[in-house]
Amino acid sequence: MGGDEVILLNYWMSMFGARVRIALEEKGLNYEYREEDLQNKSPLLLQMNPVHKKIPVLIHNGKPICESNIIVQYIDEFWNDKAPLLPSDPYEKAQARFWADYIDKKLYDSGGKITWYKNKEDAEEGKKELLEIFKALEGALGDKPYFGGENFGYVDISLIGFYMRFHAYETIANFSIEAERPKLMAWVKRCLERKSVAKSLSDPKTVYETVLKFRKIRGLD
Amino acid sequence: MSNDELILLNYWPSLFGARVRIALEEKGLKYEYREEDLPNKSPLLLEMNPVYKKIPVLIHNGKPICESNIIAQYIDEVWNDRAPLLPSDPYEKAQARFWASYSDKIRDVGWKITYRKNNEEAVESKNELLEMLKALEGALGDEPYFGGENFGYVDISLIGCYMMFYTYETYANFSIEAECPKLIAWVKRCLERKSVSKSLGDPKIVYEIAVEWGKRLGLGLSTSLSACTVLSSLESEDFWRGRVKINKRDGDH
Repeated sequence: MGGDEVILLNYWMSMFGARVRIALEEKGLNYEYREEDLQNKSPLLLQMNPVHKKIPVLIHNGKPICESNIIVQYIDEFWNDKAPLLPSDPYEKAQARFWADYIDKKLYDSGGKITWYKNKEDAEEGKKELLEIFKALEGALGDKPYFGGENFGYVDISLIGFYMRFHAYETIANFSIEAERPKLMAWVKRCLERKSVAKSLSDPKTVYETVLKFRKIRGLD
Repeated sequence: MSNDELILLNYWPSLFGARVRIALEEKGLKYEYREEDLPNKSPLLLEMNPVYKKIPVLIHNGKPICESNIIAQYIDEVWNDRAPLLPSDPYEKAQARFWASYSDKIRDVGWKITYRKNNEEAVESKNELLEMLKALEGALGDEPYFGGENFGYVDISLIGCYMMFYTYETYANFSIEAECPKLIAWVKRCLERKSVSKSLGDPKIVYEIAVEWGKRLGLGLSTSLSACTVLSSLESEDFWRGRVKINKRDGDH
């Protein structure tokens, strides 16, 4: 596989892009990272993801794969000789897909109610929803070190990128995720010790400052 | 695998449930079908899908699998000795997952055609639906099925939507066949398969049910609520327990 060309089109703040970066790092793959300016999307991005025109996009030997959870599964299936990300048992695999899908359906929108609030009630609602979601996820984690069990895997990869937004959620909605969901934060800290994660997440304070900047641009502040 | 116990909790008009029925039929699997009464969900459903409390749920030897596309992949992986639903090549598999995920959005767009806030929302949603169906036609290309020569995962994911086409067309006064003839040709090809014809409800009866729900909930033209508000209310347990009311139209009984 020495001839593989792997390019990742991404945006530094994206929790979805983080999933792909972490998966690539876990597999020890070399790839070219290209930062997209979302206000000025490259012709390559528009060509490679004509349906959604969004990042992340993985381009493997010229062929695009879109949608972060789908990209992670692709990476796991193509480079299947090391660091398995999904369980091999079909039932466990279905559970892993369920929780990654749950994260997709719930977390972005509820978190968005906080970051892009128009009035205090939005942010309060977002905070309540987020805490419910985190509670359900703590239930799924149980007493295991990772969602994948002993091994860091697909669901961990699906979720950990959202840690980049925690400081923004906490500051804007005035609460502490650690105080409310200590088990989840213990899992976060465990993940942050992994090189693949530390390399792939942007600094939460910079993310928060950028959120504030976007709020002004969107006329919310 | 002769001792496998399979139970499907479903609601027959559900396009998501149809996916699971078709996958089970394609694999030639025996299963027990249980119809759920949505305003009166069974304790089993609430126990087996505590997170969403929704159908379809497949219960395999007592263990639940939820979310229709995930269930279809599970069926394909457990019964991997026959009728493969997903391609074996990782790239083709990723493309199949992409389009199956895309087809998930059709129900939400279609909802806004049926239970729209006003005519503008209906027209806008109709146009959005047609755009999506045309994108799917592009993905189909000149192949008989989205799976190529073989009926597969994307076909299964999408064909259940056909149950709703008559409803969308009647509510927004348009013809999907006129706008997307290739897609309807694909629909007809799928309907010739026993697994599909056994699993899809009659679109005209689905339409009557949609009208009935509309009346019951006071939805459609002249209601002040957006379709999304209604959709999220209908998905909340509180609604089914009568704790959340949706305002009726003026003059409704």
